[in-house]
Amino acid sequence: MSSILSVTDLNVHYGSIHALKGITFEVKEGEIVTLIGANGAGKSTTLNTISGLLKPTSGKVELLGESLMGCPAHKIVEKGMALCPEGRRVFSQLSVRENLEMGAYTRPSSEIEDSLSMVYEQFPRLKERSKQTAGTLSGGEQQMLAMGRALMSKPSLMMLDEPSMGLAPILVEQIFDIIKSLNKAGTTILLVEQNAQMALSIANRAYVLETGKIVISGTGEELLCDEAVRKAYLGG
Amino acid sequence: MLSYLINGISLGSVYAIIALGYTMVYGIAKMLNFAHGDVIMIGGYMAFCSSSYLGWPPIICVLFSIVVCTVLGIIIEKLAYKPLRAASSLAVLITAIGVSYFLQNAALLIWSSNPKAFPNLINLPSLQIGGTQISAVALITIAACIVIMIVLTLFTNKTKMGKAMRAVSEDKGAAQLMGINVNGTISLTFAIGSGLAAIAGVLLCTAYPTLMPTTGAMPGIKAFTAAVFGGIGSIPGAMIGGILLGIIEIFAKAYISTQLSDAIVFAVLIIVLIVKPTGLLGKKIAEKV
Ligand SMILES: Nc1ncnc2c1ncn2[C@@H]1O[C@H](COP(=O)(O)OP(=O)(O)O)[C@@H](O)[C@H]1O
Ligand SMILES: [Mg+2]
Repeated sequence: MSSILSVTDLNVHYGSIHALKGITFEVKEGEIVTLIGANGAGKSTTLNTISGLLKPTSGKVELLGESLMGCPAHKIVEKGMALCPEGRRVFSQLSVRENLEMGAYTRPSSEIEDSLSMVYEQFPRLKERSKQTAGTLSGGEQQMLAMGRALMSKPSLMMLDEPSMGLAPILVEQIFDIIKSLNKAGTTILLVEQNAQMALSIANRAYVLETGKIVISGTGEELLCDEAVRKAYLGG
Repeated sequence: MLSYLINGISLGSVYAIIALGYTMVYGIAKMLNFAHGDVIMIGGYMAFCSSSYLGWPPIICVLFSIVVCTVLGIIIEKLAYKPLRAASSLAVLITAIGVSYFLQNAALLIWSSNPKAFPNLINLPSLQIGGTQISAVALITIAACIVIMIVLTLFTNKTKMGKAMRAVSEDKGAAQLMGINVNGTISLTFAIGSGLAAIAGVLLCTAYPTLMPTTGAMPGIKAFTAAVFGGIGSIPGAMIGGILLGIIEIFAKAYISTQLSDAIVFAVLIIVLIVKPTGLLGKKIAEKV
């Protein structure tokens, strides 16, 4: 399996705060990789840096062997990477359909209809609500919209930042099922979660982030059984 | 009575066109571009020079003025505001006031403070409706305003670029994640706003044909008031705010007092803002779930 994303010795600062302290990891084609860690560990910082929203102080990010350094955030989508950001960040005053159209902003308009019907098939709820403004959706529906919107760019790598945050258990289940089915359909997934149990159970491989450093890595099962991980993230 | 109303709507239409520039730039860049009024003045001088000195036909003069102002708007944004994207809003505000003085003083250097008599670019006979004389300029101004309103509404709601503009005004980071070039979108907004300012400048100077370096200042402030009055950030709000302001101003001049008319305009604004702080059509700030 070839590596789709590789991150090497990445350092990120917020002013004087050293948020990422030289992290190195990779995601291979077809995998679900998860990055778990406590609040403030640097998970969102990692994803935001990979997607170009934040500039690293040093280090390297490569997508399919091509360096993304110096590439502005809006150019990175075209290269096949989508981020479904923390807190969903749907465009609340745009309609559901317009949100999805924005997801396909970099693609020719002739291809949009196809992707729309694909997303509507995956999320029938969104089809029912296509004319509503996104701000009127429930939290779960907004999460689905954020995921659908990211899918509209037909990414080869989809990154999700805490998609289960603030959702009822039944919805969390549903979101994770969707992530699995997206992966089966060929999308490589980099998943950031605080819900370590769920994330590890669907992940091929996992990394544990602690105050800006990767402290443990292994397969999903290995980490589920790991004594330290159980203590710190799985409630004993 | 009817002629006052038409004059009010016509003056209000000019305010509305200017207010659109304020409100669009505010919606996208979250800043009050206080130099906007002075772009109107530059638009006036461009039309004046191309008509009086170069003798170009009126329509070409208007287009020339629009092109110059559009480019000027883009340059102002690039040089003055873009470097301050991450700065505090106070720094941006002070810069905008600086740009405003810069444009006024540049105009003072080039054209001096002597008022110029603006040429009559709209040479049409006035209309007679039920015994009231209505000038063609007033009618063209109102028509221009309606056309601009319709085109802008279609643009922001139906075109890909317009939708991207709305996305950027809500969340720049998320818009970038979609592949939208945020800097390009901000430039485009300044370009549209400044192009509209040129149109407003020509219409204003045609209706009130004295042109000075300070010509844009007062209409700029009134239009800003109109934008706030209608709900800053809202396109229909700018339109309604502008037209109401024009009507109030003309009626206050006619029936109350010419000297007090500006005070009355601002008093109405204050009352509206006390009753409805977001302006007439202003939206509540969207709550994050
Ligand atoms: N915009 C910011 N400015 C300053 N510090 C920040 C900012 N965003 C995050 N941080 C800090 O960086 C660290 C990592 O944050 P973050 O990546 O959001 O963590 P996580 O997503 O794992 O909860 C935290 O200590 C946080 O306080
Ligand atoms: Mg986070």
